[in-house]
Amino acid sequence: MDEKMACKELVELVTEYLEGNLPDETRLRFEQHLSGCAGCTAYLEQMRQTIRLTGRLREESLTPQQQDELLKLFRDWKKA
Amino acid sequence: MTVETSLLQSLRDGDVDAFTWLVEQYHTSLVRLARIYVHNTVIAEELAQETWLAVLQGLDRFEGRSSLKTWIFSILTNKAKTRSQRENRSVSYTDLEESLHASHEPTVDPSRFNSPAAERLPNHWAVNPVSWEGIPEEILLSQETMNLVRQAINELPEHQRTVITLRDMNELSSQEICNILGISETNQRVLLHRARASVRQTLEEHLQPET
Repeated sequence: MDEKMACKELVELVTEYLEGNLPDETRLRFEQHLSGCAGCTAYLEQMRQTIRLTGRLREESLTPQQQDELLKLFRDWKKA
Repeated sequence: MTVETSLLQSLRDGDVDAFTWLVEQYHTSLVRLARIYVHNTVIAEELAQETWLAVLQGLDRFEGRSSLKTWIFSILTNKAKTRSQRENRSVSYTDLEESLHASHEPTVDPSRFNSPAAERLPNHWAVNPVSWEGIPEEILLSQETMNLVRQAINELPEHQRTVITLRDMNELSSQEICNILGISETNQRVLLHRARASVRQTLEEHLQPET
């Protein structure tokens, strides 16, 4: 394996890296590359922001029909 | 008392607000997850409703060995699997296979990198991505940006959409997701990575300052 990690290789390992799933040796090459590469540093940061923004999404509101049906279900259960 | 125990207590006491809060959190995700198995929105909605009933009826037996949300999602998955078998429809994994088949395809457009044969910096960014650090929060978290994230997720293939929603939105652990979907950790990560990379791509196009 090539000692140095290429940007093209790094971008495919970002999720594994963030999940703490890279083998030590690969993680080391990942971090070494990162420390000298502004492009990949930006890419990693963008992926982190993407995850954060997805986390800020709320589920779409339920339709009035869904709300009614679920409330009915709840009331029926409570009565039983 | 943890938030979860107090929520459970409220539910057991028949507190409607606790129930409303819970369905707002998870109902849409349950319907989405059910659709993977039954491919039909009406049936998926039914399954989600049956799940809520089973949750309410099972509250007293719930021992908290898993988190409440994992428990809810696994009830749904079991029901959905049974339903799809009863209707003699094998679960279609076509979409899963497609997602995984593509797993060797790059998630970043290869034209963003120098050619592998380039003399200088092969496979390095041709033009570096631009940091988003200078972008103000009010733009990052604006309705416009959030809608774009939502739309990008909605357009993903079904399994990718499910995994990114369960993981990054509902914040289930990868182990929980593997159990719920019956997929390996590796496959879970592949789907998650592809999903995140697509959403990032959409965001990048939107947030890129005009040059």
